[in-house]
Amino acid sequence: MAIRVQAATFDPGAEVNALHAANLGVGAVVSFVGYVRDFNEGRDVAGMFLEHYPGMTEKALAKIMVEAEQRWPLLKLEVLHRVGALEPGEPIVFVGVASAHRQAAFDACAFVMDYLKTRAPFWKKEQTADGPHWVEGRASDEVAADRWK
Amino acid sequence: MKLNVVFFARYREALGLDGESVDGEFASIEQLRAHLAQRGGAWQVLAESNLMCARNEELCKLDEPLVDGDEVAFFPPVTGG
Repeated sequence: MAIRVQAATFDPGAEVNALHAANLGVGAVVSFVGYVRDFNEGRDVAGMFLEHYPGMTEKALAKIMVEAEQRWPLLKLEVLHRVGALEPGEPIVFVGVASAHRQAAFDACAFVMDYLKTRAPFWKKEQTADGPHWVEGRASDEVAADRWK
Repeated sequence: MKLNVVFFARYREALGLDGESVDGEFASIEQLRAHLAQRGGAWQVLAESNLMCARNEELCKLDEPLVDGDEVAFFPPVTGG
């Protein structure tokens, strides 16, 4: 289980390849990459700042990942989340899961993202032509997380 | 009891404050929140119904009990990912 919270960008392809490197028991790798869009809720987005709660961030991610490992037979689980200033087109988040068979990897990846969206202390502030504004939490994210209860 | 209270994102900006040390007796986070919100003005953001909170860097509910030395965080719904 690996957690990285970093300002620097990353290469999603390299992260995926690392998930099955040196482990011939891995039969399935599922990954999710979230990107900064240039448009959100009717406004052009020129950039974004990601604030977090240092200390709690890593603990909250670890708790989610431990739960995923208890629920599914996983061989590797990695979460990487950017913080600080980001531009449209840049990757924000990576969740990678390796397992022997595909269903555990699909489900664990969706579970980790759904819980991260509603339980990990990150906040997005978008830069738009109208000025900066904080992204509001979405009820649909709560609904998505509730399906794992 | 003495508590370290911290704020994030929109709350931090509205209050113009990363956090403060609060002295008083609070049976739960809800009591601390009510105490701070009744300062009025910008502090009323803490009365928002979808406010989230954490005790010692762990998400919790508003009825969470407090002990001396706790760190309590208040923040709006998280929007990472």
